[in-house]
Amino acid sequence: MTTETTEERKIDLTGLKCPMPIVQLNKLMKELGEGDQFTAVADDPAFCLDVEAWCKKTGHELLRFENTEKRLVAVIRKKD
Amino acid sequence: MSTAVATSTFEDISSLKQRIEELEKKTQNAPDANAISMVVFSGDLDKLLAAFVIATGAAACGMNVSMFFTFWATAGLKKNGPQAKGKTLIEKMFGWMLPGGFHKRKLSQMDMMGMGRLLMNREMAKKRVPTLAELVQIAEDLEVSIDVCEMSMSLMGIKPEELIDYPNLSYCGVARFLEQSSSSNTTLFI
Repeated sequence: MTTETTEERKIDLTGLKCPMPIVQLNKLMKELGEGDQFTAVADDPAFCLDVEAWCKKTGHELLRFENTEKRLVAVIRKKD
Repeated sequence: MSTAVATSTFEDISSLKQRIEELEKKTQNAPDANAISMVVFSGDLDKLLAAFVIATGAAACGMNVSMFFTFWATAGLKKNGPQAKGKTLIEKMFGWMLPGGFHKRKLSQMDMMGMGRLLMNREMAKKRVPTLAELVQIAEDLEVSIDVCEMSMSLMGIKPEELIDYPNLSYCGVARFLEQSSSSNTTLFI
């Protein structure tokens, strides 16, 4: 798991199994400010529905979700 | 005429006030959709894993999580090591039958004298599924609260110093669990 501080932050969740992807997302939220946008990349099939549910539950905005060839990419904006 | 109108308006307002007060009282006691409480009854590895996956997942979703450990699950929180001093013979026997340490937890099915457990642990490591010890650490980081049933502790002769070191752990009775579960929208029994 790595996080980069480029213009848009990216978090690599590949290889992680439930519940670790959302545990890591929750951790990342503590480092970000309101309105910050980031991309999460995962390969756990559970992530499809889980990232949607996590956003709904926490109130963060799921801007985009792509599912291509076992690679799941979610773009999320942090809300307060 | 105008006094009659004034009186009726005054009555309307006071009845509205009363209704608001009643509603406020109701919402104060309403269960919190952002809280979850769990009864953890089983000390089996698979069931403890399920309990802690749900607990850490809920906490990662920003929920308040409280876990109530009772009966065999209480023994499931014992750490590895010798028994505490000052136990009766029966209490010592309970201690021998219920050894501490997460690695000694059995599977509820297919344990096969430890063979199943061994295979399960290997597969979990290979597929990067978090272990019970890791999940308990995450639960600690996410401030999941653990309440341990005092009755189970004394029944099985388990001493507080035999349990894992967990900052958010306290000992309680059923009233505490009921208070937690009735103020949360979801309660699970595992």
